[in-house]
Order: sequence, then C-alpha cells, then structure tokens
Amino acid sequence: MTTYILLITVVVLSISGFLIGRYRASAMCEAPGASVKLHSRPSYYGLLTAMWCGVPALIVAVLWHGLEPAIIDHLVLSDLPPEIRSLPENRLSLVLNDIKNQAAGVMFSESRDPVIREAADHCVRLRAISRMAMSVVILSLSIIALVAVQKRLSPEMRARNHVERFIRCVLVVCSTLAIFTTVGIVLSILFEAMRFFKAVPVTEFLFGLKWSPQMAIRADQVGASGAFGAVPVFVGTMLVSAIAMFVAVPIGLMSAIYLSEYAGSAVRTVAKPVLELLAGIPTVVYGFFAALTVAPFIRDMGTMAGLDVSSESALAAGLVMGIMIIPFVSSLSDDVINAVPQDMRDGSYGLGATKSETIKYVVIPAALPGIVGGILLAISRAIGETMIVVMAAGLSANLTVNPLKAVTTVTVQIVTLLVGDQEFDSPKTLAAFALALLLFIVTLLLNIIALYIVRRYREQYE
Amino acid sequence: MSNHRPKSGKKIGSMEIVSRGLDRRYGAERRFRFMGVAALVTSIVFLSLLFINIIGTGYSAFQQTFVKLDVNFDPHMVSAEDPASANYPGLIKKAMRSLFPEVKKRRDKRKLYSLVSTGASFQLQKIVESDPTVIGTRQSVWVPADDEVDMLMKGHVDRNVPETERRLKDVQIQWIDRLIEQGRLKKSFNTIFFTSGDSRNPELAGILGAVVGSFYTLLVTLALSFPAGVATAVYLEEFAPKNRWTDIIEVNINNLAAVPSIVFGLLGLAVFINFFGFPRSSPLVGGLVLSLMTLPTIIIASRASLQSVPPSIRDAALALGASRVQMVVHHVLPLALPGMLTGTIIGMARALGETAPLLMIGMVAFIVDIPSNIIDPASVLPVQIYLWSDSPERGFLERMSAAIMVLLVFLMVMNLVAVILRKRFERRW
Repeated sequence: MTTYILLITVVVLSISGFLIGRYRASAMCEAPGASVKLHSRPSYYGLLTAMWCGVPALIVAVLWHGLEPAIIDHLVLSDLPPEIRSLPENRLSLVLNDIKNQAAGVMFSESRDPVIREAADHCVRLRAISRMAMSVVILSLSIIALVAVQKRLSPEMRARNHVERFIRCVLVVCSTLAIFTTVGIVLSILFEAMRFFKAVPVTEFLFGLKWSPQMAIRADQVGASGAFGAVPVFVGTMLVSAIAMFVAVPIGLMSAIYLSEYAGSAVRTVAKPVLELLAGIPTVVYGFFAALTVAPFIRDMGTMAGLDVSSESALAAGLVMGIMIIPFVSSLSDDVINAVPQDMRDGSYGLGATKSETIKYVVIPAALPGIVGGILLAISRAIGETMIVVMAAGLSANLTVNPLKAVTTVTVQIVTLLVGDQEFDSPKTLAAFALALLLFIVTLLLNIIALYIVRRYREQYE
Repeated sequence: MSNHRPKSGKKIGSMEIVSRGLDRRYGAERRFRFMGVAALVTSIVFLSLLFINIIGTGYSAFQQTFVKLDVNFDPHMVSAEDPASANYPGLIKKAMRSLFPEVKKRRDKRKLYSLVSTGASFQLQKIVESDPTVIGTRQSVWVPADDEVDMLMKGHVDRNVPETERRLKDVQIQWIDRLIEQGRLKKSFNTIFFTSGDSRNPELAGILGAVVGSFYTLLVTLALSFPAGVATAVYLEEFAPKNRWTDIIEVNINNLAAVPSIVFGLLGLAVFINFFGFPRSSPLVGGLVLSLMTLPTIIIASRASLQSVPPSIRDAALALGASRVQMVVHHVLPLALPGMLTGTIIGMARALGETAPLLMIGMVAFIVDIPSNIIDPASVLPVQIYLWSDSPERGFLERMSAAIMVLLVFLMVMNLVAVILRKRFERRW
C-alpha cells in the first residue's frame, strides 16, 4: 500500500513541477521590464521540470523493488549462526523459506526454532527499514530534482531540445521491445529445450515413434520409462492441419473469388461482415463447437455408416479448424486477387474468354504466388492453433493417418504437459519446451517463406 | 486473327467453332459461379449453426429455478450476536422436513435435502446478517434449487429414462411435482450467474469473477501495449533512419505477429513467473503476456494510420518552424489517432478472446473469489469457458454457452465501437 501512496506522491510532485516550471517561465518573460525572449515555450520548461522530478524517482523505485528481496535474503543469511550457513545450498533455501513464511505470518504454527524466529524478526525489521529508506530516497530525489531544475531555469535554457531528446529516447526504447520479445522467446525456449536434450537425445526426439511422456516416480513402477519420440505428435499435427486446409482452402478461395469478381455490392455488404465475424470468434468457442457438437455428430454418423469413429476424431477438430481458417484464406486471397491489374482481365475478355475462363487462366495464375503465400500463412496458423485441438482432439499419441481415429498435436501436448503442477527438472515438463521450440521454428520458417513469396510477387505489378 | 485454324475438309467458319463450344463454356461458367456461391453459403451456414448451437444450449442459463421454503428462524439455532456460527443447513433441512412430513428414512431424507442447493444456507446467513429482527419469526424464502431440479424444470431431464440412468430418482421427481403443484418452484432471472464467481455447483456458479479478471487483464494489456505500440510506430514511421537496425525491428514485428499464441504463454511462464517471480495466475502476468502478443497488431495498425496522413501536413508544419517532435505531436498524431485506436480496439478484442497463453501461466486455477487487484489470482472469461467445458454436469454446459454469449456480446460491442470510430473519424485526403 505504501508503494501506491509513494507513486501518487511522485505523480503529484511531477504535476506540480510542471505547473511551477511553466508559471516561472512565463513570469520570466512577462515580468515588467523584462526584455529577454524565452528559448522555448513556457510549457516546455514545465515538462522539463516534471520529467526530472518523476522519471529518476520511478526508475529508482523499480530497481529498488527488483533488488530488495535479494539483498534482504543475503543480509538475513549472513546473520544466521555459522552451523546453519554451512548447510548445503538446497537445505539453506529451505531454511530461508521457513524464515520468510514466518516473517509473512503464513505459518500456521509458530516455529519452535528460536534461530528461525529471530531471523524472521530480523527479516521483518530489514523490510521495514528498506521501505522507509525507499520512501525517503525517492521523495528526496524528486524534491531535489524539482529544486535543482527550478534553480537553473533561465530564458536561455534550451528546454524544448532537452524534452525532445528525452521523447526520442523513449521512442527508440519502445521500438526495441519487439526485438527483446523475440530474443526472450528464443532464449527462454532454447534454454529449457537444451536441458531436455541433455536428458533425451535429439535423434530420439525427432525420429522416435513412441510418445508417452509419463515419468515414473519410483523406478519399479509400471511404464517406468517415458518415451519421447515425437513423430506421432508431428503426424497428428499434420493430419489435423491437412484436414483443416482441405476445408479452408477451397471454401476460402472460392469465397474470395466470388466476392471480388462476381458479387454485387449488396452481397459484399452481407458476406464480408460474416467472414469477419468468423474471424473474430474466439478459438475457445470453436473448441466448444468442435467438442460438443461436431465430434458427437461425426461419431453418430460414422456409427450409422458402420464405421468405428473415435469421439475425439481428428476429423472433427480439423473440420472446425478449417472453418476458423476460412476468413484467413479468403481475406489474404482477396488482397492478391484485387492486386491483379484490370488490364489483364480486359485483355482476356477482349479475346472472348468468359469470366470463369478469365479467372481460371489469367487471374489465378497471376495471383498464384500470393495465394500460395497466403496458404502457407494459414498452415502456420493451423499448426499453432491450440484451443480447438485441446478441447476436441485426443491426448494419446497414435501413429495413424486415419482421420476417424484420435490423434494428438504439438500444442495439445504442450498444454497437457505444462498445465497443473510442474517441476522444472523432469524431462516431462521440459519436453513441452522442446516441442515449443520445434513449433516456433516451423511457423517461423513458414512465415518467412510466405512473406518472401508475397513480397516478391507484389513487386511484379507495382 | 479471324481464321487462324487450318481449314481441313469441310469449311467451318470461326463463328461456328465458337458457338459450338459456347454451351459447354457457359455451363462451365455457371458451375464456377455456383461454386463461389456455395462456398459463401457454406461459411454462412457454419456461422449460423454455431450461433444456433450456442444460443440453443445457453439461453436457458439466464433463468434459474428457486424453491420457496418456510424457514423458521428458531432463536435456539440462530443468535443475533453471532449470526456466522448458526446452523443454517439445519434450518433448511427443518423447512424441507416440514414440507414433506411423511419422509422418515435417513436415506430418503438425504435425497430430500439434496433438492435444495448448498448455497441456500449462505442465503439465510445473509438474510440474518442484514436484518437480525427475522430471528424468531417464520419467513418465506426463495432459495436456489439444486442443479438437477433446475435441469428437470427446464426439460433437460428425460423422465422416461430408466431410474438407474438418471441422477434424479423417481421419489425425488414425485416431490418436485408436488412442489410444482403447491407453487413452490418457480423459474426467475438468474442473478447468481452475473453476481458470483466460479463454484463447484452449477447453480451457484457465475461469471463475475472471470469478467473482473478479464477486465484487469485487459487493463494491464492496454496500459502497456497501446503506448509502446504507438511509440514504436511513430519511431519507425517518423524518425527512424532506413538502415539495417530498423530493418531488423520490422522483420521482428512481422514475425511476432505470426508466432503461435501458446509460445507467448511459454515466454510468460519462463520469464515473468520463473525468472522475475511474478505471482502465478495473476492478471498482471496475463496482461504482460497478452500485451506482448497484441503489440504487433497495434504497431501495424498504427503505422498504416500514420502512413495515411498526407506528407503535405508534415511539410506545412515544418515550414512554419515546428520541430520534428512538435510536428508529430501537434499535427500527425491527432490525425492518425482514430486509426490507431481502431487497431488497438481490434487488438484488445483478440486479447479478450485469447485462451491458450493464459493456460500456460496458471490462469486455469479454480478461483471462487472475485479478484480485487491485478496481483490477485484470477481467471478470465475464455478460460472460465474452457474450465466449465471439462465439467460433466449438464448445468455447466448451459452456463458455458451463456458465458460464450456474454463473451461474444463483449467482442461485438468492441468491434462495433471500432467500426463506428472508423466511420466517424475516417478522413479521405
């Protein structure tokens, strides 16, 4: 709570800094007899004051919050008696946990160990001191900055340039966020995946035919050894994605062709929002539709036809995923079809071709690279899609290409391995990161190829 | 060009060749056109099936069955000094027994008590706490019925199924019919659904906790991704030199836009929870993950919007002596803002419907309490839907569909606002 109050105080100080700075600057030039002209407009002097008042204080606050726990832990540990300090690393962290729990008052029974109780009191004291110190440091920092800037305020001061330099710095920092995110993704996944590959060789992961990531707790348990051959998982992913593309590509492409070449404005005003609506529906809703409506329907139909259909069949998940991807395919194809110059169509009509012949022999071949790029993007979408398959596809990794059987996918496995209690040292949990690494690489490659194709094609007609 | 075919034997005019094939070609034309229509109709049919399905299963969740009980607030069982410790389940049981005095056997009694929701005793407690004068009086109270009774009232339980295959036994159905005759069962608007958090009992489960969780999560997302996204777009469009560094940034943004959402969840798990030690299941971490995910959407929309501002505006501002920052802040940004906001709202709508990355950071926990700040454990609307989809009770299926309806309404409102914003402020230069 003190943090909030501190934050509000700093903000109030900054605002008053702005007002004071602006007031003093305008007073400087409007004073009777003052012949000087200000370098910048008065509000820039105010902004400069507010900036110095708020930004360093906030940076200190963030750093303080980040470093405080580590420093306090260190201080508490160094005050413990030597026989505890000489404990091995993991025991020591247990003791530290005890102390922290005691300090936070979450322990249900008072610890009987006087050493721990004393250390906890010490910890509480240290925290109180740290909070006090933080408040004092931050507030004095703000106030000193406020006073110092006011002292220096003069008509010659290049306030606007200072403020603008700061704004540009902020812009540059923000623009690097995308890079940091990518680096963060790659490092976090790679790091955990490397740990997984220490336990399970890469070749077994990539080419093994059996996937059952259950690790036994005891060595003599049934099914003690986990198997981490990811081929069945890949095959399942590809099967579901292929079914999805079988649904999405013809429907999406034909919709795009009809909308851009045939449809009148009335049809377009109805059909476009429908497709956008399909695109805007959350995937969990599609998952619901797949699991509770489509899958039972397909199973019943199969039973009527005398087929043995699993209630978590790949067909149901793929079908619904295909519906989800229709708007994706159609909007991308729409773009490239519209980018084909009208001259080419007119040329074809001039030679006597019908509309469908023009589309089939002129427009589509001309737009083909773009359409292929769009389809590749759609495939990467299908591979990375999670909720539909989590809700509608199975968990057991069957190595099959029969769409009526249950299969599992990469995303399903990631979710099942990571939801719930995790221990970050078992291959079972780490396997999720290895799968994610593969997923990331595959989708990245598909995207790079697709963007390359689309970009090259666009240049042709521009 | 007219007679380029070799003339052999009989002389055929080119017009004749063309008209011979004409029927076939027009047939092909019609078929092609029909395929286009069929594709569109298929999409529309799928969409309407989806909606019919959801509304069909979900509309009944907006009503809830209540039982009227005559509760005797016995001063021996409830005391005004300490209303929290009274035996409210006992009061309910007594009221039920007084309705059906003929029930004597223990097993039957238990069946009888199970007709009323376990939430009924909390309701009595609330009544006593708000008005202690009820103690010692006899009051008619409408309390929620058990979800099985609710399902029977809504016609989802088939009475013709053999007794062993349904949860409600024949004797219970007889009691329910008697209650209906006495006018002690009624369906009314389900306020519980909108005012409470998750519960193990369908009749007590609501979406308020999830809605509040979604709200906090989106708040964090908006607070982080909108400024950062706009700043990035402004930098790339207005200030950045065209060099290798900005190329790298652009490639990165495009790739991030296509990274599967679940990978962002893994990033959140590894970086925010394991490395920085932020609290699990909190809207703070959820918002951080979703803001990284929506950042590319906002950047791309903002850049498009900045590009649509004509260069003449910039030239005019610069010519009048404005600095570059002044030109951007005073002239370009206000003109580009509606487009940026539209993109942001669309990004937020996507974030609202996102589930997979939030599963990774532990927002799937069963959470009854309604979160009160951004570090409380919370769930969000789509995750709540996913959680309920795992429950076998019919009552949860109905509530899940209703929650989907609520989610879709939120999404439609957001998209509508975006469309209106675009229509209202869009300028053609």
